[in-house]
Order: sequence, then C-alpha cells, then structure tokens
Amino acid sequence: MKDIKFTVDAIKKTSRAVEVDENNSTIFQELLKINRLSLEEYKLLKSIMNRAPTFAELGVFSSMWSEHCSYKSSIKHLKRFPTTGEHVVVGPGENAGVVRLSGKLCAAFKMESHNHPSYIEPYQGAATGVGGILRDVFCMGARPIANLNCLHFGSKKHPRTPYLFPQVVKGVGDYGNCMGIPTVGGRLMFDDTYNGNCLVNAMSVGLIHEDRIFKGYASGVGNYVVYVGSATGRDGIHGASMASDSFDSSANEERSAVQVGDPFTEKLLMEATLEVLEKDLVVGLQDMGAAGLTSSSFEMASRANNGLFIDLNKVPTRTSGMTANELMLSESQERMLMVVEPSKWSAIEKVFKHWDLAYAIIGEVTETSRVQAVYNNKLEIDIPVGPITDSAPRYDRPMEFKTPLNDPKFDQVVVDTVNEQGLSTVLNKAIELTGDKEKLYEQYDRHVGAKTVLSSEQEGAAVQWLRSEWSDPSEPNLGMVVATGVQPAYCVNDPKEGAAHSMLKAVRMVVAAGGTPLAATDCLNYGNPEVPEIMGQFSAGVDGISETCRQLDVPIVSGNVSLYNETDGSSIDPTPMMGVVGKIKDVSWASPAIVSEESELFLVSGVNTKPSFGASLVSGILGFEKTRGQIPIIDWQAERQAMSAMVQLSQHVLAARDVASGGVLVCAIKMGLANGFGLTLDAQLGVLNLLGERSASYLIAVKSESVKTVEEISGTFDQLSLTRLGRYTTDGEFGFEGLVMSLDDAKSLNRGLCYFN
Amino acid sequence: MVAKYQQLKIGMIQFPGSNCDWDLIDAYQRHFGITVQVIWHQETDLPKLDGLLIPGGFSFGDFLRSGCLAAHSNIMASVKTYAKKGGAILGICNGFQVLTESHLLPGALIQNDCGTFVCRGLSLSPCEGDSGYHKLISDKDSLSIPVAHADGRYVIFGDERKKLLDQGQVLFSYEDNPNGSVDSIAGVVSENGRIVGMMPHPERATDLLMGSSEDGRIILKAFLESCF
Repeated sequence: MKDIKFTVDAIKKTSRAVEVDENNSTIFQELLKINRLSLEEYKLLKSIMNRAPTFAELGVFSSMWSEHCSYKSSIKHLKRFPTTGEHVVVGPGENAGVVRLSGKLCAAFKMESHNHPSYIEPYQGAATGVGGILRDVFCMGARPIANLNCLHFGSKKHPRTPYLFPQVVKGVGDYGNCMGIPTVGGRLMFDDTYNGNCLVNAMSVGLIHEDRIFKGYASGVGNYVVYVGSATGRDGIHGASMASDSFDSSANEERSAVQVGDPFTEKLLMEATLEVLEKDLVVGLQDMGAAGLTSSSFEMASRANNGLFIDLNKVPTRTSGMTANELMLSESQERMLMVVEPSKWSAIEKVFKHWDLAYAIIGEVTETSRVQAVYNNKLEIDIPVGPITDSAPRYDRPMEFKTPLNDPKFDQVVVDTVNEQGLSTVLNKAIELTGDKEKLYEQYDRHVGAKTVLSSEQEGAAVQWLRSEWSDPSEPNLGMVVATGVQPAYCVNDPKEGAAHSMLKAVRMVVAAGGTPLAATDCLNYGNPEVPEIMGQFSAGVDGISETCRQLDVPIVSGNVSLYNETDGSSIDPTPMMGVVGKIKDVSWASPAIVSEESELFLVSGVNTKPSFGASLVSGILGFEKTRGQIPIIDWQAERQAMSAMVQLSQHVLAARDVASGGVLVCAIKMGLANGFGLTLDAQLGVLNLLGERSASYLIAVKSESVKTVEEISGTFDQLSLTRLGRYTTDGEFGFEGLVMSLDDAKSLNRGLCYFN
Repeated sequence: MVAKYQQLKIGMIQFPGSNCDWDLIDAYQRHFGITVQVIWHQETDLPKLDGLLIPGGFSFGDFLRSGCLAAHSNIMASVKTYAKKGGAILGICNGFQVLTESHLLPGALIQNDCGTFVCRGLSLSPCEGDSGYHKLISDKDSLSIPVAHADGRYVIFGDERKKLLDQGQVLFSYEDNPNGSVDSIAGVVSENGRIVGMMPHPERATDLLMGSSEDGRIILKAFLESCF
C-alpha cells in the first residue's frame, strides 16, 4: 500500500483545483442554482472554508446540505419524537432502528421514500428505492427478511398513472424477487392529490443479534478506505438535491439524476457484507446511498471524529472522463464504503473475490478531521468534517395552522345523501375503491425465505415465523408482525389527529393479527416546507405521531422525510406513512384478515366509540370535501384495551381486521369476499353505523364453539363492548338492511382496482 | 425413518444469485435431520454424493436467459457426468431452468404468458408414471405447493412432447395453469426417473405453521428415496 502513503504525503505538494469565481455573476448564480444552494448558504460555507470552494466542494455542500441529507427543515420537529423504550436497542440516527424481539434476537428496520426518482423513471426509481432501504438494513449486519411498500399514484384517469403504476410495481417486484427478500405487505392508493407526485415508500426489516449490531465509524488512523460493489457511473448525480426540490412540468428532463439498479450485484454485495461483518473483518462500513461517496465518507469520518483521504483515481468507474464532482456525487447503486485494518486486508479480499465484486482501496483514515480528495494530481476536496455536518443550515420555517372545520351536522348530511343515492350504489363504489390488490401483490415473491405465515394475500399484517436460535428458547414459534398505515384524507381534515390515525392504522393491523406492537418507523411525505401551511401540517403531523407513540408506548426508531412533493405549485396531501413492527408469541395464533370457514361476526369496539364521516371513504365517494366534518375521535384508553384484548383473543378467532375505510360494512364484506364467504347481518344498523369510520374497533370472525371464550375475554375489558353482527356463510350473498348483494357481483366490483380501461 | 435418511450425502449447488438455497437446507435439516453440503459453482469436481439439489433463485441475475449462465458454470461438467451415471438430482424453480438449459431435462422454460412474475399458492395434479416420485405422490388427489417465477412457462413440442407424455415423464400438472405451460406441466422426470425439475417450491410447503400445506415434504422425501 505504498502507493496510498505516497499520495497522502503528496497532498501538501498537490495544487488545489480551480475555485469558484464569484465575480462572474451570471455563472456564479447559475452554479448556485444547479447546486440548489441559497446565497446565505453559500456565505455560510465560505465562512467554514475561509476561501471560495472548488467546483467539487460546492457539489459536496450542495448534497450534504440538501433537505434529503441534512433534514434542515424537519430536524427541529423530528426531535419531538419519543425514541426510547424498553425494547429499543438502536434509535434514530443510524442506518436503521433496532428493536428487541426476544432474547438476543432483534429486528432492524427503516422506511424510505423514492418519490421523486419514481415519478421521473418509475421502473428504476422504484427498484433502487428497494435497493437503498435493503442496504440500510444489511449494512448494520442484519439479514433482511421482509420488504413492505406503500405506493400512492394519481387518479386512475390521469394520463401518467397507467404508465407509472405497472412500472413501479415491476421495479419493486423485480428487485426484491431477485434479492430473495419476500415482499410481504403493502398499501396502494390512487388519488388526484398524487397526480404530479407519486409516492413510492419502501420498508425493509432484517434480523440481527443484539451484540452484533454494526455502526458506520471510520476509526483507526491508517486504516484503509475500501470501495466495494458496482463501478461508478454518471447515474444519479445530484439525486439528493433533486429529491429536495419541487417539480415543474419539465421533470422528465431530470432522468439522468435517477439511478439504475442491479439487484443481482446487490445480492452479492449483501452476502459479502454480511460475511465480512460476521467474520469481523471491517472496522466501519456505510452504504453509498444518497449523495454517494460524499455522504458515506463524511458520515463515517464525522462519527469517528477522524479524517479521510481519498484518491479518486482509484475509484472503479464504468465510464471514462468523469470529473471529481461526478465521482463524489454519483449515486450509482450497490456500493459500500468500508474501513479495514491493513492486517485483515487479505482475508477481506478473499471474500470480495468469492462474490465476484469490484473493489479497491481508495484511501485511508487520517487524523486531519478533514475529508480530502485528490484527482488527477489536483486537490479537489479539502473540507473540515465537523463544521459541514455541525453547521449544516437548520431552518425554523414559518408555520400556519388551520383549525379543522367540525360541522356537527355533517354526519347527518352524509346519511341523507347515502339514502338519496341508495346504499347499494354507494357500497358498490366503496368496494371498487378498496378493491382487491392481488394482481399487484402476485408480482412479488411473498414466500421466499420460508418464513411467511401471513402476507398481503391474507389482506392484513404480515406475520413471519422466525425460527431463530437467538430468540428465547421458550418461544419456538415466535413470530414477527409488520404492517404499514396512513390516512392522508384524515390528515387533510386534521393534520395532527390524521397523523395519529396513520400510525394507529399500522398499529391496529399488527394488533388485529394478534401481534404486540414494539416500535415504529416513518416516512413523512409532505409538500413544500417553504409554504407555511405545509410546514404547519408537518409539525402537527409530528405531534400527532408523537402523541400516539407516548399513548401506546410504541417509540420511533428510524425514519425518513420526503418534502417538496409539489408540482407546479401544488403540494400533495400530507402522507405520513408509518411502519410498525411487533411480535407474536406463537405464529399459530396469528389471525388473517379474511375468513376461511363459516363463522359468527362480532364487532369489538370502545364503549364510547362513535362512527363518523369526516374525510371518510364514503364522504369522498359522495364528493364532499375532506375538510368537512369530524374524523373519528381517538379514545386512547379504548385503543390500549383493544390492543391487549386482541392479543388474548387471537388464539380464539378465525379472522380479524381493524375497522377502516368504508366502516363496518365494507370491511366485513371484504373479510368474507376473498375466500368466497357471504354474510348476513342480524339487525338493521343504519347508514352511520354501517359505513361510518371509527377508532378502537375490530371485526372478528369466531367459530360457534369459541363464542363463549371470546365473550369471557372481552368481558374483562371495561372500556370495550362486544356486539354480534351476523354470520358468514357459503350461501353466496351478502344481506344487510333488507338488501342483498350477490357474492359474484361483489367479486367483480372488487376486482377492478388494479386494471385500467 | 429419519435415521435411514441421515446416512445420505446430499449436496446442493450454489450459484451467485441462488436465493432459495437456505430454505432448502433448513427444510432438510428440520424435517429429515440432513445437513446439506453446499457446493460453490466455481468448483470443478463434485464430492461423492447420493443426491444433488439445485435451488431456486436468480443465478447470475438470470441474465441472457434464466438458468443459462449457470448451465455453463464450472461445476456443470461434473454435474453432467454425475447425471450420466444415473445420479439423483432435484432442481427447483431456477434449478429446473438450469436443468433444461443444461439439456439434462427436455423442454425449455420461457416467460410466463401473463408477462409478469407470478407468486401464488396453487394445486398440482399428480400424473401417471413409473418413477419413484410418481409412486410416492400417486395416492394424493392433489398437492398444494406455491409457485414464484417470471419464466416458468414450460414448453415442449412435437416428438419430444409426445415422448415425454408417452413415457410418463410428467410428474404433475397445474390444476389452474398460472404461466401458459404446455399441457399445464409443472414438473418433469428424466427418462431414467432420477432427475426431477419442477417450478413449484416444495421447501415453502413443509409446515402448516407457514400457512400452507405440508405437501412439499412429500417431494423432498421422494428425492431422498431416489438417492438410495
């Protein structure tokens, strides 16, 4: 490694690359614009540097201070999240959060957005979104066992949707399928609000031993900085800063800022990474995600209070003539930066060779506390590590809050309108809108890994049978329960309570399956934070989620923020996607959300729970604004009791699902539909009770012989009521309020969602 | 019963991109007490084996054609020699694709007729034939084993097809064809009855706890029986 030593010594003799010329104002302004830096930010960076930056340095600041990497608009608010708890092993700030499942067995997980790239280039954008989140999980030493995703598209009638939808689905599927990680859950929504900005959020969960959690430190002066994985190309340059900006109609021109994915290389990189971690061959490691080599080198150096020297001529490239700026900012996928002790080099090299990966020693750890990079005998980058991370701009952006309109007569208005239009008409539309997503989920391998007990085909939370030697031996059938949830319409009505409902949705899905929620991750998709109303929505959203975390004792351990989801001045509805990880003591108790035998249908609900129509599926169908009326009021005590009740009930119920969009009737029909069971409701419940949406409410299907036990268990909860609603049969029809809908009609309505006419 | 199988030496080829390898190892360990020996594709010689597994996944990223590059990797020359000597081989999903690409089984596997990846739990009807596999599944009306593939459409034409059908080399067929396979074929047996290729994943249907059936175990066991 004489070669590298020589170059380090050579830094002093190397002349600096050309600096930015501030005096040529046209070019200077253009440079700031390209790098998406404000003049104030430029002044700040200049005060750190004590000189004008080189072009490559300007690119480094642009990325490191982008919204995507620095969280400059959101960090002030994110600090309010409760992040600690009995089960939390690693909280936010690392590549993924870690929560203890049983014994030494932990789950490492995180959710991330890839919205901007997916809108521009849906196949690659979605694929690399999955790739990125997987690297976050396996670079901690965890083996990914479950992928989930949340996809939000514009209206099915919008011309871009029929193009985006299949491409995004294929991108998500191809990547996870090839990697051999099952995609076990997801959400899908079409709504006008996403016409100009689709949302592609991906979550991954991996298993890890509590004592073998790996963090990205560049420790040990003199250690090698090692590059491994795909060679670097020009793809994804300025991806991080692109993801931190709004779109205008020319978004298509940014295609080169989207990365190209190669799941096969990622699979090899994953196996190699897990192997070198297992064999204790690395000191530090960080994936090259957003802002590529730049953020990985600065983050690792910053955590260890060290410096890094990088010789950019040693970076493996797939194209010639790349500039220093391009090498530092490329977001080519499937790359890792590792710090390796020289004595372990030959052992680690053997692993890389086995997995046929490109690799190179590109530099070493220094005591300079600066990241220095030379290229073609020029010192291109020489930036102090501390200041660029510590002095990153933080904005306390102005906020504006709107008081929700709580029109007390709204529920009655909806009831009257439903009666005018006919319950059947409204119900048909509701079934269509919440329809079957099998066509989509079938494109994902849900079973690879041989752990899947329940997945998207059972329409509820995903349940996996872990069979890990690290878990408590008294729990041989231990399972992990995972779900994602969001309620954008509720967030429009009330950004705080809507965000609480978003988290509750994921929590309730975990609970319905019989799981105990342990911790959560988030992906906060909002509009332009420079608009006070949007910033207000964001802040209120954080408060709503924080409240839920506290009330249910489910802390946030990781997350991601996606702002600037705005096109031509129009921001998306607030979409705080939440992912919740829980456990179940015995997977044989897990409840699917669909019935498979004739059974009795019961409603478990808070005694004070009242249905309402504010921002509901039905009020949307009828064309009412999302801001009118009251969304379901949350009764925390009832939520908590329902959580414990459902865990106890899970052993005795055939199927369970939370009452969500479309209320009791729509959810009950969907619970029977998948396996061809019809349902007869006992009594006339009225439109509000049937279609209104609620808190702390679950539907359970119970076999006759278990009814008594179920009644006894629910009787021990003073804040819960248990109501018999009807019976699932094989009669082939749904009967309610004196109306009958045939199973076949319901099926054909249900089938339309994923098809375009 | 299990003791009888434990003496068997079972190997499994691992290609870069194999991803059902550990599922298969786990299933044989838990249900038959067998420690499967992993053989990396760059090896040139097979160890002495009673049976050889080729797992599912995306070998070499399925570049060019599924299973094609794997069929040309170092180890395959020895695998062919092993097959010629009457060695027992079970290829699942990508393993089936490797076997057809290597011409160790007739026919070919091409893109599903629906054009997309299909992951689905489905039912297989046992077909008529004389192999040991046929005998072990003959008392079942139907086997419930899931599939997950993009290139699972089995095609075979003319005399080759006639021969396959006449000689009872079809092991089972899909009750509801998910991929457009000729004659709904889901799995085939070589002429000598020793080599089996199938698109469904038996290693994913070994435990009721996994939410499916235990029918996959019958196939895993039939393979072991063919190793004696």
